[in-house]
Amino acid sequence: MSRVFPVEKYDKGFLLKLLRDMVLVRRVEEKAGQMYGLQKIGGFCHLYIGQEAVATGSVAAIDLTKDYVLTTYRDHGHALVCGMDPGVLMAELFGKITGCARGKGGSMHLFDVENHMYGGHGIVGSHIPLATGVALKIKYKEEDGVVLCYFGDGAIHQGAFHESLNMAKIWNLPIVYICENNQYGMGTNYERVSAVHEFYIMSNSYGIPGKQVDGMNVLEVYEETKKAVKQAREEGLPSFLEIKTYRYRGHSMSDPAKYRTREELDEYRQQDPILLLKNEMVEKNIITEEDYKKIDDECKAIATQAVEFAENSQEPGLETLYEDVLA
Amino acid sequence: MPIITYREALRSAMDEEMARDENVILLGEEVGQYDGAYKVSQGLLDKYGPKRVIDTPITEEGFTGVGIGAAMAGLRPIVEWMTFNFSIMALDQVINNAAKMRYMSGGQLKVPIVFRGPNGPAEYLAAQHSQALQTLFVHIPGLKVVAPATPYDAKGLLKSAIRDDNPVVFLEGELMYPWKGEVPEEEYLIPIGKADIKREGNDVTIITYSKPLLVVEQAAKELEKQGIQAEIVDLRSLRPIDEETIYNSVKKTNRCVIVDESWPMVSVASHVGWMVSRYCFDYLDAPVELVTSEDVPMPYNHKLELAVQPSVEKIFNAVKKVMYI
Repeated sequence: MSRVFPVEKYDKGFLLKLLRDMVLVRRVEEKAGQMYGLQKIGGFCHLYIGQEAVATGSVAAIDLTKDYVLTTYRDHGHALVCGMDPGVLMAELFGKITGCARGKGGSMHLFDVENHMYGGHGIVGSHIPLATGVALKIKYKEEDGVVLCYFGDGAIHQGAFHESLNMAKIWNLPIVYICENNQYGMGTNYERVSAVHEFYIMSNSYGIPGKQVDGMNVLEVYEETKKAVKQAREEGLPSFLEIKTYRYRGHSMSDPAKYRTREELDEYRQQDPILLLKNEMVEKNIITEEDYKKIDDECKAIATQAVEFAENSQEPGLETLYEDVLA
Repeated sequence: MPIITYREALRSAMDEEMARDENVILLGEEVGQYDGAYKVSQGLLDKYGPKRVIDTPITEEGFTGVGIGAAMAGLRPIVEWMTFNFSIMALDQVINNAAKMRYMSGGQLKVPIVFRGPNGPAEYLAAQHSQALQTLFVHIPGLKVVAPATPYDAKGLLKSAIRDDNPVVFLEGELMYPWKGEVPEEEYLIPIGKADIKREGNDVTIITYSKPLLVVEQAAKELEKQGIQAEIVDLRSLRPIDEETIYNSVKKTNRCVIVDESWPMVSVASHVGWMVSRYCFDYLDAPVELVTSEDVPMPYNHKLELAVQPSVEKIFNAVKKVMYI
């Protein structure tokens, strides 16, 4: 795959933000992985490592004062780039009262409603109608917003996806459906379970334009999302992006990922989304290796502080058990 | 006081709430141009337009989820399921999303939505179109479930359901839509979670809700002829359930029959039966009796389908049993 990285076209501050966001997600995720190993985090924990460019590039193209994000259980990266405090995120993974959901949601259910990050959903494909409903609200209230709805390649065969695209088109809703095709629905390669291997054409059945995007290139993700968002915002038209990406870790922390080869993983590590952007910025003299190291050190420190915050936070009291069931 | 049908009462509740609050919308199959499969939404499209009365494709999971998403973002949708038989297609949305969003988000989100439509047996519809499915919803924390049996209760409870900040499952009945009753012209609300004594009596408590109220009332008249005064407790709300009214009645009559048109296993009837046995144990003069539907899918044949459901005779016999006569 030949990649174009026209970094010179962008403001340095913007590039630095993209780079920093991706590094922060990477370092926080690595920390979460470590903490899982130490049994500080339990249950299912799905890491975003390798896919950072998708959430980073696409969320950079929206305005969270009026736009919305809904995603899957692989939600740490989206929550961070939407502005969730890393300490609050880590505290939720630890199940602490200071977590975003007071320890009731955990890794798969991160919510930051103030920043329009509407979860963090655990049933494959089930949140796609919800995101479509948020878009219906935007249209009904004649607001200027757009919804980004993320899901994996495993969700694309669920009825909820197809039902949602159909309704988004008949009602012309301002939503961008983003399939993060990391190529494995848990342990199953998408080609084994899909009649169509180029997912981006699937939306054509509903009269919605689809496009395949290189998910290792954060600038391409940004540009293509920006176009789709503009179309949604200005013309009220839904669109569909298949963003091809790769996760370095297993489906969840308990998955050793034996269904793929070392060579395949190494091949993707060569196209690491962070290194691709960093190398291009260094080559074009926008930053130095030292600048990058500084950013990286800073993000590592934030991840460490997030763990300290989570460690030092209290468990929720038993009196919270019956809170938040009903409004 | 004007006498209107159950159907008209529901329509009038939606009409008043849509007029009161522009965030209230109605969506579902055939709710607009067709005026509703059972004509509950008749005229609402003309009055409020297609932006607020939204015809959906036949995609229960999809449009139910759309309603929930819109509720999370601030609207107050009413989702009409053509019948509750089709709600099974949408159960994931109701159970995993509507009921859990507030809890999973640590109280950040609320889901003000009503899911309504006809539930329970009708006539000549066979197994897939004639079933009482309330148990599936009553089981789930995070939902409220109501099942009014009269036009008066239907209107007052639907208005409360629409104003409630939580997901409310609202059970109607195909055969109940033409039922008539007094409904005042002035506005009123009935709080969710309050049962109603439909008939006072000292000899036996008959607890019921929704459509079986009709046969329970007929049975009570028959019993009266034999000198037995039955007290009828209409639950109206199944979650939350009005324990106080139930216990007060049973403590007065010392005998209890529960009539429920759903299946017997793990049902509202079996749960209320346990509650009464547990909390009125010292007051009971006989074991609690249940009258439910037979534990079979609904047959098409009319004689058979009637034999499946609670009847005056079955209720009569259950009352005689708890009274040892």
